[in-house]
Amino acid sequence: MANEVCLRNNDLERPWLLEQYQSRGGYEQLKRILAGEITPAQVIDEVKAANLRGRGGAGFPTGMKWSFISREAPGQKYVVCNSDEGEPGTFKDRDILRYNPHQLIEGMIIAGYAIGATRGYNYIRGEFWEPYMRFQGAIDEAREAGLLGENILGSGFDFDLHVHLGGGAYVCGEETALLESIEGKKGQPRFKPPFPAHFGLYGRPTIINNTESLCSIPVIIEKGGKWFSEIGVANSGGSKLFSISGNINKPGVYEIPMGTPFAELLEMAGGMRDGRKCKAVIPGGSSSPVIPGEQMLDLTMDYDSIQGAGSMLGSGAVIVMDDTNCMVRVLERMSYFYYEESCGQCTPCREGTGWLYRVVSRIENGQGRPEDLELLEDVTRKIAGRTICALGDAAAMPVQGMLKHFRDEFEYHIEHKRCKVGA
Amino acid sequence: MSEDQTVTIEVDGREIQAKAGQMLIDATDAAGINIPRFCYHKKLSVSANCRMCLVEVAKVPKPLPACATPVAEGMKVQTRSPLAIAAQKGTMEFLLINHPLDCPVCDQGGECELQDVALGYGDDVSRFVEGKRVVMDKEIGPLISTDLTRCIHCTRCVRFGAEIAGVRELGATGRGEHMTIGTYIEKSVDSELSGNMIDVCPVGSLTSKPFRFRARAWELIQRDAIAPHDAVGSNLHLHVRRNEVMRVHPKENDAVNECWISDRDRFSYTALNSAERLDTPLVKTRGEWKESGWHEALTRVASGLKEAGSDLGVLASPGCTVEELHLARKLANGLGSERIETRLRQGDFRTAAGAWLGQSVTDLERCSAALLIGSNVRKEQPIFGHRLRKAALEGCDVSFINPLELEMNYAARQIVTPPAAMAGEVAAVARAAGAAGPLIDQAEVTERHQAIAERLKAAPAATLLLGNLAQAHPDYAVLLTLASALAKATGAVLGQLPAGANSVGAQLVGAVGDGLDAMLAQPAKGYLLMGVEPGYDLWDPAAANAALTQSGFVVALSGFRSESLEAVADVILPVSAFAETSGTFVNAEGTWQSFAGAVSPKGETRPAWKVLRVLGNLLDLQGFDHDSSEEVLAEARQQAEGRQLDNAPADAVTECRLVDAALTRIGDVPIYAVDALVRHAAPLQKTRDAIAAAIYINESEAAKAGLTAGMQAAVTQNGTRVILPVTIDPNIPNGCVRIPAGVAGTEQLGGQFGEVTLEKA
Repeated sequence: MANEVCLRNNDLERPWLLEQYQSRGGYEQLKRILAGEITPAQVIDEVKAANLRGRGGAGFPTGMKWSFISREAPGQKYVVCNSDEGEPGTFKDRDILRYNPHQLIEGMIIAGYAIGATRGYNYIRGEFWEPYMRFQGAIDEAREAGLLGENILGSGFDFDLHVHLGGGAYVCGEETALLESIEGKKGQPRFKPPFPAHFGLYGRPTIINNTESLCSIPVIIEKGGKWFSEIGVANSGGSKLFSISGNINKPGVYEIPMGTPFAELLEMAGGMRDGRKCKAVIPGGSSSPVIPGEQMLDLTMDYDSIQGAGSMLGSGAVIVMDDTNCMVRVLERMSYFYYEESCGQCTPCREGTGWLYRVVSRIENGQGRPEDLELLEDVTRKIAGRTICALGDAAAMPVQGMLKHFRDEFEYHIEHKRCKVGA
Repeated sequence: MSEDQTVTIEVDGREIQAKAGQMLIDATDAAGINIPRFCYHKKLSVSANCRMCLVEVAKVPKPLPACATPVAEGMKVQTRSPLAIAAQKGTMEFLLINHPLDCPVCDQGGECELQDVALGYGDDVSRFVEGKRVVMDKEIGPLISTDLTRCIHCTRCVRFGAEIAGVRELGATGRGEHMTIGTYIEKSVDSELSGNMIDVCPVGSLTSKPFRFRARAWELIQRDAIAPHDAVGSNLHLHVRRNEVMRVHPKENDAVNECWISDRDRFSYTALNSAERLDTPLVKTRGEWKESGWHEALTRVASGLKEAGSDLGVLASPGCTVEELHLARKLANGLGSERIETRLRQGDFRTAAGAWLGQSVTDLERCSAALLIGSNVRKEQPIFGHRLRKAALEGCDVSFINPLELEMNYAARQIVTPPAAMAGEVAAVARAAGAAGPLIDQAEVTERHQAIAERLKAAPAATLLLGNLAQAHPDYAVLLTLASALAKATGAVLGQLPAGANSVGAQLVGAVGDGLDAMLAQPAKGYLLMGVEPGYDLWDPAAANAALTQSGFVVALSGFRSESLEAVADVILPVSAFAETSGTFVNAEGTWQSFAGAVSPKGETRPAWKVLRVLGNLLDLQGFDHDSSEEVLAEARQQAEGRQLDNAPADAVTECRLVDAALTRIGDVPIYAVDALVRHAAPLQKTRDAIAAAIYINESEAAKAGLTAGMQAAVTQNGTRVILPVTIDPNIPNGCVRIPAGVAGTEQLGGQFGEVTLEKA
């Protein structure tokens, strides 16, 4: 039961071409919808029934997000796809853009139809040059074929789609920072409420979804929300792309049903490199708290299971670490990332991420003090929950997770001024 | 929920009333409950970035920023609960880790919001032992100093620029800790309202360059004053130390200037101690200027004035106080003369009208359509410019008919036309609006005239405003006649933007006469000049010079030495300047605002009203026995009682005097050239708005005259020839050349508008 939704055309030779996509029934769902076989309300109902939760990391139910926007509301509305994919460890949307761009385009048109939007933007991570070119090529093909633009397939429905290539800021993956960036402003998150459904791109009602979420839509319409939901487990419908990386044999993107045991995923990925011990796993991108290997091997890959272990499924970026890794060094690297990527807008994140990094770095470099661990925990508590966007929490959680599960390594570092690993 | 609905919320166990949808911090501020904050500013948009105002709201697990949390019925808020205090203290710690502990040498020390709040929410010892952030300062011009290491990134200055000044001059570049405030590409901050950024900055990151390191906040005594440079009547706080005005801040008055003031009002105080200040009486004997005692000088003046008798002309700046003007008029009347004039830059006196705003200051921001004729309101009266911008942002349709293109900070329609064609443009709008009459009937109506007329007619609150360029126009009477017809046809309010701080007061106390021609065409036997530098403050300096030179006796009351004054005067009496004298200004909307002297007069100077009172005594005139300026004011008010100003012209004038010439001068008065005080304020004279005398001309007109940028050229007006540099300016229409008035190098030129010729020097 792998590769059923977003990667279902990966077995084709050149699945990114329109003709190949259409050979598998591509754009047929759009045609049915435009022909009036399925009403906008039914589209949203199917997405709700699919139990599809936002694949970008927060896991907000997609159908519910769509239902916040009234199709009848006058004025311009927008569909925005978030392909910024900046969370360290995540590289699943890249594969969608490369191998299944038309399914994403079809999903976005359907979303536009459902909420009455006639313009869409796909915000692609700045470093994704090849996927960007691939996706732009797909747009050009679709437009040429009358699938995008005015009066799509003679239905009277207009929808056009533009690509926006980002500038390389992690924070622009935050939906409102992304909207600011499209508007040509500095990518900084907006204070919410109002949410994008009410005040989105250029101040207009906007739905903004992750690439994987939107790419799942045509399949959900084709096979029904119930079908999709049943692939997964309770509270986590469907299949999910996992980007698995680290000390394993076959890092890559795997599309598997929600609820698949982690051990199975690890096996698909070729198991631990050199047969070493799985020491720790970051289950959902670098901002999710680390889980010790033994504990992880008992978990299944779905929202509730991972949450029960004190972490998050997040974007499905699984980073596997073996016992050669020093957790202080790992945390130093991650903290440096958040320090560099904080947008600087609000105080706790701007000042706190730099503080966290410097203290962890000091510990790593043999300058740690016994009181530093308590200081780190206190600083994370002062950041978490007090910032405009979730970047503050994202910076705080890895520190908290590491100190919870691998405190001994930090203490060892402070006491002995070197790594416990290999000591 | 509607805006005016009231909800009841509970804050710290106390029930308070709030407007539905209002932000929590506004409700608590109104109730006198203090919540610490940095980024919040009541006149700026909410950014919620400092996280200092986090409070606990019942049923919400995380602390919420009070500045961005709308109140709702029954909301229960704790501002000092353990959760709230922990959040506030947490933010405070973060703000302090990278903030330098240089309060002892920081200009903001003692009046710093960070310092104040740190006292309540900061710890005495920092847990941060790493190196602190250091940020390079930036050079942003002569008015504002930067100390960016102190910046706490509240972005108030950025939002001020974007939202109030209307120019995005400062912005935040860089991410995270590397975020800095700056201009991105190195440039100066040039807005006419830029000084307000110093006020909104909660820390010592942006400080006043002229004031820097000159005093500590706790040494300053705060006194009230009224701004002397334009007709807004902005309320000021003068900060005084040891009898010296050290700096000027706005005094909040929502009906006038809100919490803002223009840079002109903020920094002009620097002229008070300039080297050109005159502080002893000067008497000219056999062509030589000599310092003299007051007694000798006054005696000389009294005899000179007596000799002039009924042939005395009084030219007084519209920045003189009500008291001064009242006494000056009384003095002239006492000698049998009726000749007094304060409309020194008016170009046409063929009709009489009372020039005032025609509405209240706050009405300006409520209007829904506005047509400004001959006005660069933003630079003429920056606070009115701001009010109109507010209206424009709310959807007011603003149009301009001007002889030169303006740099706008909001969307507006601009009709740019040579001065001689301005009347035709106004007539066309009037015709489009359905008015009839001479000029109007012949006007050629185009779509844009139609559009303006329609908007004015349809607007629930429309206004027509004539500005300084209209008043200085040789066909001002025609423009006013046409504007009046247009106002009638559209139902718009007719208003004018009077030039000086007391232009309206001058009219109410009768300090206006038959115009400058009547005053200068035939030289009077004697002249009394008050706050007037003949080369800079009069519509036609050349004509004024001629008249004053031929006059038998000229006495000037002046705060400054001035070459053009010394060339024509016989006696110069040093009078107290702004801040040194008590008095009253009547602003454009007709509000009488009195002020006391904040510092004692400099050197030997005396308040002008006292000088006039003594002169009255020396001349044995009746009714000069006042003991205080309040007594003078009472008398002036009594006389002004019942006088109403009406912008509508007494007579319809439709004959245009300014005819199409090959080249017409546009002589605007730049923002920092309007009066002697501003002209002597060194920091303002270093700004980009301190426009120098030059020939501003567009490319094609320059080519016609064989001129290129940077070249020296000779300009001839009424037979006077002056050499000035050429500057290419695409904002000047064909057939025109802009040669500003009131600036060094133009003292010999003629009227602000008129025919000129150019040639290579």
